[in-house]
Amino acid sequence: MVRTADLTTALVLLAGGVLVIWDSLRLGIGWGTDGPQSGFFPFWLAVLLIVSCVAIAVQARRKASRAPFVTRAQLKPVLTTLLPSAGFVVLTQFVGLYVATAIFMGFYMRWIGRYAWVAVVLLSVLFPVLTFLVFERWFLVPMPKGPLEAWLGY
Amino acid sequence: MGWENLLLGFQVALQPYNLGLAVLGITLGTIIGVLPGLGGANGVAILLPLTFSMNPTSAIILLTSLYWGALFGGAITSILFNIPGEPWSVATTFDGYPMARQGRGGEALTAAFTSSFVGALFSVVLITLFAPVLAEIALKFGPPEFFAIQLLTFSSFIGLGGGNPIKSLVSILIGFILASAGLDIVTGQLRLTFGITELMKGFDFIVAVIGLFGVGEILLSVEEGLSFRGVSAHINPRVVWQTWTTLPRYYRTFVRSAFIGFWMGFKPGGATPASFMSYAFAKRFSLHPERFGKGEIEGVVAPETAAHAAGGASLLPMITLGIPGSPTAAVMLGGLIIWGLQPGPMLFREKPEFVWGLIASMYTGNVIGVAMVLAFVPLFAAILRIPFPILTPVIVAVCAVGSYAVHDSMVDIWYMLLFGVIGYVFKKLDYPLAPLVLALVLGDLAENALRQSLIMSQGSLLIFFSRPISGGISAVAIFFFALPLLTPYWRRRRARSRPVPAVVRDDG
Repeated sequence: MVRTADLTTALVLLAGGVLVIWDSLRLGIGWGTDGPQSGFFPFWLAVLLIVSCVAIAVQARRKASRAPFVTRAQLKPVLTTLLPSAGFVVLTQFVGLYVATAIFMGFYMRWIGRYAWVAVVLLSVLFPVLTFLVFERWFLVPMPKGPLEAWLGY
Repeated sequence: MGWENLLLGFQVALQPYNLGLAVLGITLGTIIGVLPGLGGANGVAILLPLTFSMNPTSAIILLTSLYWGALFGGAITSILFNIPGEPWSVATTFDGYPMARQGRGGEALTAAFTSSFVGALFSVVLITLFAPVLAEIALKFGPPEFFAIQLLTFSSFIGLGGGNPIKSLVSILIGFILASAGLDIVTGQLRLTFGITELMKGFDFIVAVIGLFGVGEILLSVEEGLSFRGVSAHINPRVVWQTWTTLPRYYRTFVRSAFIGFWMGFKPGGATPASFMSYAFAKRFSLHPERFGKGEIEGVVAPETAAHAAGGASLLPMITLGIPGSPTAAVMLGGLIIWGLQPGPMLFREKPEFVWGLIASMYTGNVIGVAMVLAFVPLFAAILRIPFPILTPVIVAVCAVGSYAVHDSMVDIWYMLLFGVIGYVFKKLDYPLAPLVLALVLGDLAENALRQSLIMSQGSLLIFFSRPISGGISAVAIFFFALPLLTPYWRRRRARSRPVPAVVRDDG
């Protein structure tokens, strides 16, 4: 339900606010030798945040809609995008961005788009190669690289 | 104010290399504006790393051209696909999409592009006239004035943003809190890192922009299913010419919308209310209000003129005060800092060729832009016909590239994903994202201004009210903060004092 999601978000943010206050108190929220101490600004921000979250929670309890936050039909495409994206980030950590992009694109095109293998292989190789040329070669912006690039001498 | 300055700017903007960059920027920008999940702000954020090795003037020309392109691209998706790429294109869909369905897509697109051009040009002329004056005034500002302007910036999100004011406030607070994480440069202490080394660097707003607006937006758009249904447009020189001959009729709408756009736009978050407001005004003053929503060309002219006037105006506070008026302007401001420039009023004195090159490029960029989109609409619209299973991984990968490039750091790609999920949830729960990004950008500046002001006054908050300029600005800010509390009260009073509705009106 939207209401549950609204309440949960407010509570999570409230907990975050408490965490910020705790850290600000450690840093000091008063007047130091050279003006306000490090914790001064975050402390008051967090106080306001907590007050606002309580207000949002009260509002949500009273009038937030009870319609579902995401319907089952909506959740599926969202997860089929989010989980492979997360997998892509994990892969990037180990095999570098270009190879991860190729795998991600290939997977997505084949299993979600159901494209023919020829198209899958062609596009999922072409796009990372193009990205490589644009960033590494022309604009000299390095990206995370893995064993394949090392083997190729980059 | 000197025309020789603008002339100097044109000498910079009209160099073949810079003109080429403008064309490149508009092409990429229009593509970005058309693609779901990518818009002005994250498009500029993703391309920012490519500009690190350029000279600042060429870099800003590329990025502003990209911004104009993204604005034009947003109109294409609104009219042909009924998908507003940006919140301020929503009003364009009201009449633009019905027109496209009646086979008048070419007419609607021509009207939209021309209005955008007129709106943007209007703002640029006003910027040319007022920016130097404003910068001159801003040179006298001290920390209290700057903090008061920041207050005004954020109060206008709460008072004029239109959404839930408490949620707007929460977004702002989250942005400021995230900005304060990491090393505090004034005292040298680590804040909110809880002993984790990775958190020491803090959160970069560029990564936040890419995650919140890029990844979050993709998740939202796939929710509706994995395909788009669009109307095809027939646009040719004859349609363009015919539409142009009808447009001068709406000169009042043009002028009114341009003023609304500029006036709302130089305050943050202004483009969206400006587009709705000018649509509402156009409808109210029209001789045929009943035609609105069914394919009235004036309903395209009004919001597009206002949105682009506002888009241009949002660059005014960025170049004169160093305070961005929109998330896109915020990303450009981040670029300025990376290129080694100090944003703010001093730019006019120290880097005239940069400032005036930028202003002149707004003229050239819009002229090139309107010509290009009119010529290549079918090509740009074809991008949306690329199937989703190909687009999605490409967009996610491009977002990852942009996030990594900011600091060459893998953690940023993780943050991007995290911000993507946050963006998705926040958007669904009506937390506005623009104030969060702006607070994240301005966090350090705001905190420093506050600290220095408090040091000047030895801890008394009265300093923001005792100085004339900051006092005036603070008063307006407080009024905006209070606006959500005052409005329901006014409504009730007005409802009570209103006489019984007149029934006799239809007699004559």
